[in-house]
Amino acid sequence: MKRTIALSINGKSHADEVEPRLLLIHYLREMASLTGPHIACETSTCGACTVMLDGKAVKSCTMFAVQADGRKILTIEGLATNGKLDPLQEAFWNEHGLQCGFCTPGMILTAKQLLNDNPNPTDEEIRKSIEGNLCRCTGYQHIVNAVKAAAAKAGA
Amino acid sequence: MATTTTKPETLFGKKIRRREDPRLLTGTATYVDDIKMPGMHHACVVRSPHAAARIKSLNVKPALARPGVAAVFTGADVKDLGPIPCGASLPGLRTPHHHILAQDRVYLVGHPVAVVVATDRYIAADAVDLIEVDYEVLPAVSDPEKALAPGAPAVHPQWPDNTAFTFHQEGGDITGAFAQADVVVKQRITSQRLIPTSMETRGVVADWHAGDKSLTLWSSTQIPHLLRTLLAGILGMPENHLRVITPEVGGGFGSKLNVYAEEALMAFVSMRIGKPVKWVESRRENFLCTIHGRGHVDYFELAARRDGTMLGLRLKLIQDLGAYHQLLTPAIPTLSVLMMPGLYKFKNISADIVGVFTNCTPTDAYRGAGRPEATHGIERMVDILAAELKMDPAELRRKNFVGKDEFPFQTATGLAYDSGNYALPLDTALAEIDYPALRREQQQARASGKLMGIGLSTYGEICAIGPSPATPAGGWESATVKIEPSGKITVMTGASPHGQGEETTFAQIVADELGVDIDDVVVLHGDTAVVQYGIGTFGSRGTAIGGTALYYALQELKGKVKKFGAMLLECDDVALAGGKCVDERTGKSVPFAQVAAASYRAMKLPPNTQPGLVATYFWEPPNFTFPFGAHVVITDVDRETGQVSIRRYVAVDDCGKIINPLIVAGQVHGGVAQGLGQALWEQAVYDENGQLLSGELTDYALPRAHMMPWIESSHTETPSPVNPLGVKGVGEAGTIGCSPAVVNSVVDALSHLGVRHIDMPLTPEKVWKLIQGARA
Repeated sequence: MKRTIALSINGKSHADEVEPRLLLIHYLREMASLTGPHIACETSTCGACTVMLDGKAVKSCTMFAVQADGRKILTIEGLATNGKLDPLQEAFWNEHGLQCGFCTPGMILTAKQLLNDNPNPTDEEIRKSIEGNLCRCTGYQHIVNAVKAAAAKAGA
Repeated sequence: MATTTTKPETLFGKKIRRREDPRLLTGTATYVDDIKMPGMHHACVVRSPHAAARIKSLNVKPALARPGVAAVFTGADVKDLGPIPCGASLPGLRTPHHHILAQDRVYLVGHPVAVVVATDRYIAADAVDLIEVDYEVLPAVSDPEKALAPGAPAVHPQWPDNTAFTFHQEGGDITGAFAQADVVVKQRITSQRLIPTSMETRGVVADWHAGDKSLTLWSSTQIPHLLRTLLAGILGMPENHLRVITPEVGGGFGSKLNVYAEEALMAFVSMRIGKPVKWVESRRENFLCTIHGRGHVDYFELAARRDGTMLGLRLKLIQDLGAYHQLLTPAIPTLSVLMMPGLYKFKNISADIVGVFTNCTPTDAYRGAGRPEATHGIERMVDILAAELKMDPAELRRKNFVGKDEFPFQTATGLAYDSGNYALPLDTALAEIDYPALRREQQQARASGKLMGIGLSTYGEICAIGPSPATPAGGWESATVKIEPSGKITVMTGASPHGQGEETTFAQIVADELGVDIDDVVVLHGDTAVVQYGIGTFGSRGTAIGGTALYYALQELKGKVKKFGAMLLECDDVALAGGKCVDERTGKSVPFAQVAAASYRAMKLPPNTQPGLVATYFWEPPNFTFPFGAHVVITDVDRETGQVSIRRYVAVDDCGKIINPLIVAGQVHGGVAQGLGQALWEQAVYDENGQLLSGELTDYALPRAHMMPWIESSHTETPSPVNPLGVKGVGEAGTIGCSPAVVNSVVDALSHLGVRHIDMPLTPEKVWKLIQGARA
């Protein structure tokens, strides 16, 4: 029944035997021992489980681990380089773009995708792009500020 | 005032970025679901699909036969444990026995019936489907007013009237007030049921140590110490054999200010299987089994003179309690009564609460807890009165405000408002939007057929909850400050922050008081084996009470530091500055690290002084604090669709002195988002059989980024005299101020069509129907 998958997570190779029904989020958390991607809805409505798959932000609760076979995954744990925070992480910190922090990893990776696609987004474009990520703490305002600040820094 | 607030070089009032953030930003924080232990099992709970039913039979054998299933427990296994406690006491309160697992009957959808324990969470979930429960479905009731009608199905058969309690409170001369009145306005106003929806659901890990008969329990809770005390009672275990740890908590909003069946159940399971066990709530379970908020039907009557002087307020409050009392369920509507006069000085009130059982999830404290409902009521009633008297709603409010020189102000509900200047935030907000110009614009808009509204709310709230006599479990908070032998500082707070940023705010207080670098301070919380007894974080109390306890602990500690400093410098007295003890006469100084080392090395001690540098303070507040503010909302309503758009949202809040403006802004924004959620989108919808139709995030309209307006937030600062920091609390302000301002604005937009009131949420369908009704 089990299938072997081989994939890269945050630049490291992983190979594991998994049940075909195993969700990617459970694979990442239970087998790859990551704690950044979170589970908050199981219905792909909240985005707390967002990771980047081959450079695109995806909700890992809506994919099977076997679908990630042969692909490259980036989670929040892999975003900082050599201990230096990504400009988005730094901006979320400076702008108080998080409170309880539970949505934050997914929110930052979705914002990462936005800035990859559109380095100078308007407020409206930022709000539209993160609408699939729920935050119950911040009212989103400081998140919008953080994404703007990160964009401005990258453009500077 | 504390000297800290006036020293120019202090951190008080500075935008300090949060010290808790690096772990959260890198995905390395530990929430309950991140805990892994050798031999850990996973639990899944079997829950009732019916709102009312008798359990005729229960067959767990097929589940036990599934490889990987370690155990299944049912109601019979836990019948002697418990009950789940209710901390509220009201005269004549009927409290149903709340078992950890259902016995022979279920009372709501989601009622736990059995628990499956397996080596893997997928196997546990599989095995849940193998458990056969034969239910005899019984009639259910989900609407509180229908539950009160004669012949309604009895939620608990022993109480056929579905009434858990009635409660009456009166102040002043309500009959006289209504007799004198020129005008009385009446309105039925609902505050719909809401689902708190912290992004992290609840979760529990329990680990029994048979050798010393002790249990460690990790839970996503706002109240670790109270949970430990109450859980020890449920389990019949000595409290000191139980350690409760709250790791990172992903939001609570009141929903984790509770003691839940699963906390006791996981403790029981771990003790029975002799292994650690984890249960993490699914979102569906979170919607069914974690408390809901609000659930009011309120009948208001406001009496006034023709000149706008408000004389008295009557309230009949029907509180939907749900099927059981959770920790504070029956107490929440009593907070509504306390808050019902709002910021106004009339002295005559009368309130009658009926607490009603329904076959629904229990209601309890959700952000604001009783105060948003009261504020929504009084602020709607003031607008309805203004319309009746054809007065400007701002003018009517100003006329009735408690004056700024009338503090402390005794309310008809028995409170003493601490300080305030209620007209100031209103005037500030109205100046910000240029109110007269907007009213002119509104006239023009109406003339051209457009619907535009201007809505105000001037709210007050009861924060820093709160003096012990007003609470079920003690309303103080505790702090310990230690200067370690190396001079570094460790704080242990009894508060239990879960997003509020007190690791930062409290470090700011320490840095100011001791004159040390903020990076030398660590703030610990949420572990009953590490932190002295504490109460927890809720009711906007963390900084106002926990921060004050810390402030007083620091004063004690400073006294001791000075003694050691003076001993080392061989002088009578020293000042603390820049991480040093300084002899101001000679300019000689000794760094903290050296003072600390000397205090622990203890080669020599000052007279009557113990070694070490530790101080603990339990602070009992003499009063609540009473923040206030004004929110002004400008809306445009689409005539063709009923869609409400918020053009501007202006919030002027007064939460007393502000320690960290960044954190305070975040609290206001988040609070407004939850208030706006109630005003426009969110609603827990039950059908007549007690099925929760909005039972997933797919069906419950939580605010998303593109739905939120820009919030223009500013502050006035009226210090509280209740504590030396002058702070009042800000966690709930946004939520309390928001919903009436939004509804007042939309009613204002439609008022010329004859619309006087709209109940929340203001869905396009509801608004469109009102517009169509006016056209007909």
